[in-house]
Amino acid sequence: MAGQRGLQKWGWVLVFLAPSLLGLLVFMVGPILYSLRLTLYDWNLLSDPDYVGTANFVELYHDDTFWTAFEHTLTFLLFYIPSVLVLALLTALLLNRPLRGIAFFRAATFVPVVSSWVVVSLMWRWIFNPRYGLLNFGLAKIGIDGPAWLFDPDSALHAIIIASVWKDIGFIAVMYLAGLQNISHTYYEAARIDGAHPIQLFRHITLPLLTPTTFFALIISLINGFQIFEQAWLMPERFARRGTTVVVEQIVNNAFRYNRMGYAATMSWVLFGVIFAVTLVQLALQKRWVQYEQ
Amino acid sequence: MTLRHRIQTRALARQVVLKRLVDTAAYAVLTLLALMMLIPFVWMLSTSLKPAEFILRATPEFIPDPITTSSYTDLVDLMPVDRMLMNSVVVAVLGTTGQVLVSALAAYAFARMTWRGREVVFVLYLLTMMVPRQITLIPQFILIRELGWVNTYQALILPGIFSAFGVFLLRQSFLSLPRELEEAAFIDGANHFVIFWRIVLPSARPALATLTVLSFMEYWNAYLWPLFVARRDVFMTLPVGIAKLQGGPRALTQWNMVMAGAVITVLPILIVYVLAQKWFIRSVTLSGIKG
Repeated sequence: MAGQRGLQKWGWVLVFLAPSLLGLLVFMVGPILYSLRLTLYDWNLLSDPDYVGTANFVELYHDDTFWTAFEHTLTFLLFYIPSVLVLALLTALLLNRPLRGIAFFRAATFVPVVSSWVVVSLMWRWIFNPRYGLLNFGLAKIGIDGPAWLFDPDSALHAIIIASVWKDIGFIAVMYLAGLQNISHTYYEAARIDGAHPIQLFRHITLPLLTPTTFFALIISLINGFQIFEQAWLMPERFARRGTTVVVEQIVNNAFRYNRMGYAATMSWVLFGVIFAVTLVQLALQKRWVQYEQ
Repeated sequence: MTLRHRIQTRALARQVVLKRLVDTAAYAVLTLLALMMLIPFVWMLSTSLKPAEFILRATPEFIPDPITTSSYTDLVDLMPVDRMLMNSVVVAVLGTTGQVLVSALAAYAFARMTWRGREVVFVLYLLTMMVPRQITLIPQFILIRELGWVNTYQALILPGIFSAFGVFLLRQSFLSLPRELEEAAFIDGANHFVIFWRIVLPSARPALATLTVLSFMEYWNAYLWPLFVARRDVFMTLPVGIAKLQGGPRALTQWNMVMAGAVITVLPILIVYVLAQKWFIRSVTLSGIKG
């Protein structure tokens, strides 16, 4: 009796869980383990895989192209993260005001977020066009001779950063908006009675109480930013690429252009290691600056 | 008394003026912001409606004169855009349906059933959530290739269906439903499937809507994965197809055609966004996942 009921129970568990669990094992867990093993092999998809031990890691350590890509990724993060966080916070402060028609402005800010990177990349490539693009036309109007942007290895990464910040402002701003709406009015009222002016309110109430949101936004932007790919792949002109190539682009090139599966897998794990380490450091550091409400 | 009253009135008046001033400034900055966000899209649409010979102009014109849809017809002649649009719709609709259904079933097993090993299996789900996509990309591609699935719909749809995040999100929502709901139903002789379909799913509509929107956005905007498993035009989704239009080693980029492709790609998701705006913003705030 009990056995039959137990069997029946497991039958139901299987019915509900099996589709997801089987799929996850086949398409996620299996590939993750397989990828880990691939780091020890040299394989071009055609002949048999060659076991090479740690040779892939050694090669990566001496691979200038990889480190250049790594450097570009860091440069991207260095400019992208502070810009997007500050601009998103300012945007959220504006969007949080109880103005008539504010819904329209909120909706508009979010349009780039729902658009695909392919569309955004193509759009901005056209805007960044040095001769006929909208941006340099505007710059010329105010007397600035715009750079060649995506045609120039020295300015192409800047163009990618600008487009990325533009696309992600709305993404971070809605997080800040949610954070702002969670701050209780009583703090502001109490401070106002004590005679605090708006800048003090922002400095001593808004900013500290938003640190959990800033922390979340920072972690998410770092994780996403390290994996930058679409815009760096689609935007720069061919001859400007040496100034923009990023880590995931190198992974894709090695896997699908040079057919070096083991080496590409090695790169992907090294990148994961870096992301993981940076996230751990962030988690450890959060005690020092993130203020959670008691 | 009257003096104090007068001072108070004056202070109040000053506050009202100040507020109006701040509001006006806020409107000005917000308008600038909205323009910055929307002008690129307007420029994209405008470019797509211009004849080819009017594109490369020293002075940009926002209102095309004359307006023509020739770039759209040229684009359709150049690549099977209709087929790509259909592929995008099929992949996004089937993928989203699959992901939501499979995730909901598993979430039910985690949230509303007790069984041995449940916590261990759930930790496995959490772990796979942490692994970034570029790690699974290569072995998934090798798997698809071994299965002979390159250039098939299942290659475009299947791997995305099994989302640990989807299970996680729905489990949280299913957990918050009160037990009494299903206990009464069990006494009436309902089985798990009836409870899942009739009680749990309808009560978890917000979470389901959130996951649906998120999943649809991911499938519709996907580029990296379809780029590698859809090599032939007839299996390409719109982003992969139109990304092929740009540059190229040969001629100059035909910007009116590229922008026409971009318009076709972005319009459907923008329509869905306008209709389900609340869910888009909610799902992004909740998940930290973006398109």
